[in-house]
Amino acid sequence: MNWVDILCAAMGIAGGFFVLVGGIGALRMPDLFTRMHAASLTDTLGSLLILSALMIQFGLSLATLKLVAIAIFLLFTSPVASYALANAALLSGHRPIVARGDQPDELDLDDLLIREPELPEAGADGVRPEQNR
Amino acid sequence: MTGLLSGFILSLCVLVALGAMQARNLFTAVMLMGIFSLLVATEFLLLDAPDVALTEAAVGAGISTVLLLSALALTGEKEQSRPVHQGVATFVIVVTAILVVVATFEMPLLGDPSAPVQTHVAAEYIPMTRDLIDIPNIVTAVLASFRGYDTLGEVIVVLTAAIGVLFLIGPDAPDPRRGAAGSPRITEGLKHHQPLRIVGKAVIPFILLFALYVQFHGEYSPGGGFQAGALFAAAIILYGLLEGRPAAASIIPPRVLRMMAAIGALLYGGVGVVTLALGGNFLEYNVLASTQTTAQQIGIIVIEAGVGITVAGVLLAIYHAFAARGRA
Repeated sequence: MNWVDILCAAMGIAGGFFVLVGGIGALRMPDLFTRMHAASLTDTLGSLLILSALMIQFGLSLATLKLVAIAIFLLFTSPVASYALANAALLSGHRPIVARGDQPDELDLDDLLIREPELPEAGADGVRPEQNR
Repeated sequence: MTGLLSGFILSLCVLVALGAMQARNLFTAVMLMGIFSLLVATEFLLLDAPDVALTEAAVGAGISTVLLLSALALTGEKEQSRPVHQGVATFVIVVTAILVVVATFEMPLLGDPSAPVQTHVAAEYIPMTRDLIDIPNIVTAVLASFRGYDTLGEVIVVLTAAIGVLFLIGPDAPDPRRGAAGSPRITEGLKHHQPLRIVGKAVIPFILLFALYVQFHGEYSPGGGFQAGALFAAAIILYGLLEGRPAAASIIPPRVLRMMAAIGALLYGGVGVVTLALGGNFLEYNVLASTQTTAQQIGIIVIEAGVGITVAGVLLAIYHAFAARGRA
């Protein structure tokens, strides 16, 4: 067992640990947004660690190239999937639990929501430019 | 180890299926069915059936989920609770379950060399593929050549399903773009979600490329017309989800899709007619070229193209039928 195997094993175990923590977080967190937060961030790190361990194990080969492609694909798609899920949840009426501290309801969450732009009446320019590009 | 993992995945399948039945929210049920398909695809992969796993992942987890969600847009989110006859249903389920469990004891063990599936024709297909067709993927050889009749039947079934769906919910919906004074009154898709659009558009070309790879590399690696058709349809459906259904319809109009569905099946059957005209039997590819392996390979490539065209056309036609109705 040389140092490469030890490194791979350590990265694989660390990746598995992060995925496990994400799973526990998804079960234990209080509302949908914190659950998503727990699951999505740890999943990205965990899967990247596991994929990196496999890449080191395979060395310079076609399998490594495929793993790199998978890693890039995951890096692009999983944050976007989280974004889509969170936005869909906001749209369907879920609101995050906010701390009851000094500024309890100051934050108007409807401002965070990216809605479908209001349909313009004929001739009127009712569409905010930053939304309609 | 594989047995342990297999048992774990199959147990998860049972749990997810129970969850899908229990779920009163139909969106939850649809998502659980998608997870179920993905688990089954993993199980197929463990059983060394990557061709089937690819189909299950593309059709079961991908396109079926989208079609079911489109159907949900036409109905409600919640399942209506209505009184059921618990006693009779429970009795029937328990009896059926006991019968199925008893029947499994009579089945040969997994990988048993004396099982009927290993001793009947499979033993002949393996050397015959090497000698007569000379392609590495035996699954494609069996599907497209040895059992070409069955596959023709499957393509016809797929086509018939599309005809049934289109008769039920109607192929033509009013085109929203032709609304009042040419101004789009109905926004569709996710045009205001830049992250989704950008990443989606970056991914679509690769899905299309992979679909073509699966189509034309099906003789050498897992894949073929069914998987390629589903992947191609998935790429177009993704575009439709991002940019709105009219945008997807302007790439390939539903009229053309319906023709594609028929043309693919026609191409498949046409190969059979050509072999008849050249003096062979129906779908006997050997008469297509002078050497046997070349003739077989030509036949397989053409009928796989037919399968791919039909599957892509059918899936997209059904998607358009559902999605157009939801927005009309």
